[in-house]
Amino acid sequence: MAMKTHWKILVVDDEEVMAESLAAWLREDGYAVDTASSGRDAVEKAGQRDYAIYFVDLKMPGGMDGIETMMQLRRLQADASIIIITAYATVDTAITAMKEGAQEYIVKPCNPEEISLLVSRIIKVKNLQRENSILRKKLSRQYRFGDVISKSARMLDILKLSEEVASLRSTVLIQGESGTGKELIARAIHNSGDRAANPFVAVSCAALAETLLESELFGHEKGAFTGASQQRRGKFEMAEGGTIFLDEIGDISPKLQVDLLRVLQERCFYRVGGSEEVKVDVRVIAATHVNLQQAVADGKFRDDLFYRLNVIEINIPPLRERREDIPLLAGHFLERISHELGKDVSEISEGGLKVLLDHNWPGNVRELENAVERAMVTCRSRELTEDDFAFLAQNGQAAKTTWDPPPGMTIEQMEKLLIAATLQRTGGNIKEAAGVLGIDRSTLYEKIKRYEIPR
Amino acid sequence: MKYFYVGATPEVDREALAAVREGVAGEFGAPVREIELPGLEFAFDAARGQYGSIPVLEMLVRLCPGDALKFLGLTERDLFIPVLTFVFGHAQLGGRAAVVSLARLRQEFYGLEPNREVFLGRAHKEVLHECGHLFGLVHCPDHNCAMSLATGVRQIDAKRAAFCAVCAARIERTPKG
Repeated sequence: MAMKTHWKILVVDDEEVMAESLAAWLREDGYAVDTASSGRDAVEKAGQRDYAIYFVDLKMPGGMDGIETMMQLRRLQADASIIIITAYATVDTAITAMKEGAQEYIVKPCNPEEISLLVSRIIKVKNLQRENSILRKKLSRQYRFGDVISKSARMLDILKLSEEVASLRSTVLIQGESGTGKELIARAIHNSGDRAANPFVAVSCAALAETLLESELFGHEKGAFTGASQQRRGKFEMAEGGTIFLDEIGDISPKLQVDLLRVLQERCFYRVGGSEEVKVDVRVIAATHVNLQQAVADGKFRDDLFYRLNVIEINIPPLRERREDIPLLAGHFLERISHELGKDVSEISEGGLKVLLDHNWPGNVRELENAVERAMVTCRSRELTEDDFAFLAQNGQAAKTTWDPPPGMTIEQMEKLLIAATLQRTGGNIKEAAGVLGIDRSTLYEKIKRYEIPR
Repeated sequence: MKYFYVGATPEVDREALAAVREGVAGEFGAPVREIELPGLEFAFDAARGQYGSIPVLEMLVRLCPGDALKFLGLTERDLFIPVLTFVFGHAQLGGRAAVVSLARLRQEFYGLEPNREVFLGRAHKEVLHECGHLFGLVHCPDHNCAMSLATGVRQIDAKRAAFCAVCAARIERTPKG
């Protein structure tokens, strides 16, 4: 049974003796009770802590009567249970109170049994709601592997596979768009395996020029190049016994591809400028947002390296293809960010959730996380609504007009990708795809043949 | 030495007072002293035809002797707090003063034949209940326990004239000095 003191009650009455006597009586019943002497005082107190039940006197001076107080409290806390109490009962006030969302309307003085039953009935419902919320959280933990949260069938298969391969030494290749959580999967694999106690070293291959990356990965000897005043260990050595995560592996130069292939084959390498072989025991997890198989086909990526990396292949679907994860992830970010920001925002309204579900999320989970944080920063209530996510619509429109193609992409490559994607969307229907692309069927056939697009 | 004081207003049934005194001594193990209390006319509310328990409690706090462990007042007057139609008793939660009204514990209040045994049994349970509040206890979910909430005499009759093991242990742990 939940402790009653978990539930806080606020008694709002301008007559101190009224408020204090009811508060004392409720305290004897085990509740934590505060009192407020006016509507304004009540709203201020409600802004500082959550109350399960509000007893609000109908007639209060100072411009804020019970109904107005109730409306303001409800704006602060949509799920608050508000009981209007009055010594001057009329049918009109009762109807108004109930219309404006009062849970009950009681006339004072009232029978102790009436108040006792009313409070215990409300608390019983609140306890059930809390239990329900705890169970939902427990359930959401079942959708978890490391810091990755998902309930989509595709992702659950991926998480299961990741868990299964965690204790192996095999190389893993994670493919997925930017922001899908490739590094989180890599970290989860590392943390769940036998190497968890050893380092996890992440390197972004796209961030550094070829020579710098080589030195970064393999280290260098003193005097290897200008500025190399002393020997330096590389990331492979730093990851000894653990895992090295090579992000954006598709961007590495042909020379580095050869060096990397050697590490994967021989488990050893030379520092830049060095002649001594360095042996390492490191598990490699690589990731890329580009289609590496396509890069191999285009001759931009070594096939032998690809096959070495692609021992275990994990393809993370973009967020728009697993929309069922959006509420789960948004809820997770909401909880975490509200804690970090020290803000009491606990819900996303139905309207807010609809905006999130309708958005295309080109930046995937990272974009969703940023969107929740941005909405939280400006949010003035305890709930994120569609208004708090209005910026998504603006960004979406901007994105449509400023699409940024991958660097080095040719018109032909773009055309090939566009045709392949359209065919996939139309299920291989040539007539429909030609209509979407705005070309005739014979032209489409000719392009499919020329680009060797599978149908 | 701290004493458990029991005070009674002039109209209180003396047999009931003696029974309460004996019950308190037996339950809490502290020496009991008696005090004669003044009438409660000052607390009378003409509009309601009842006596306010808050001014009565304030009076008890004023009259509370320095060597009092707890101070329990008894009255035959029907008590109320402003928001409720009546109260059987009123205590300072974790404090020193409490009052119990015997008015609604009598069968005749409900138009029934007087029953001395039932009345004294109810009085004993209500005294234990308000004293429990004085020792900081809140209402107990065990319906048999003297600390369970009673909003009518049927609930008082249904519970035992004793604390459950949990409430008894809490009272035991409360400093008595």
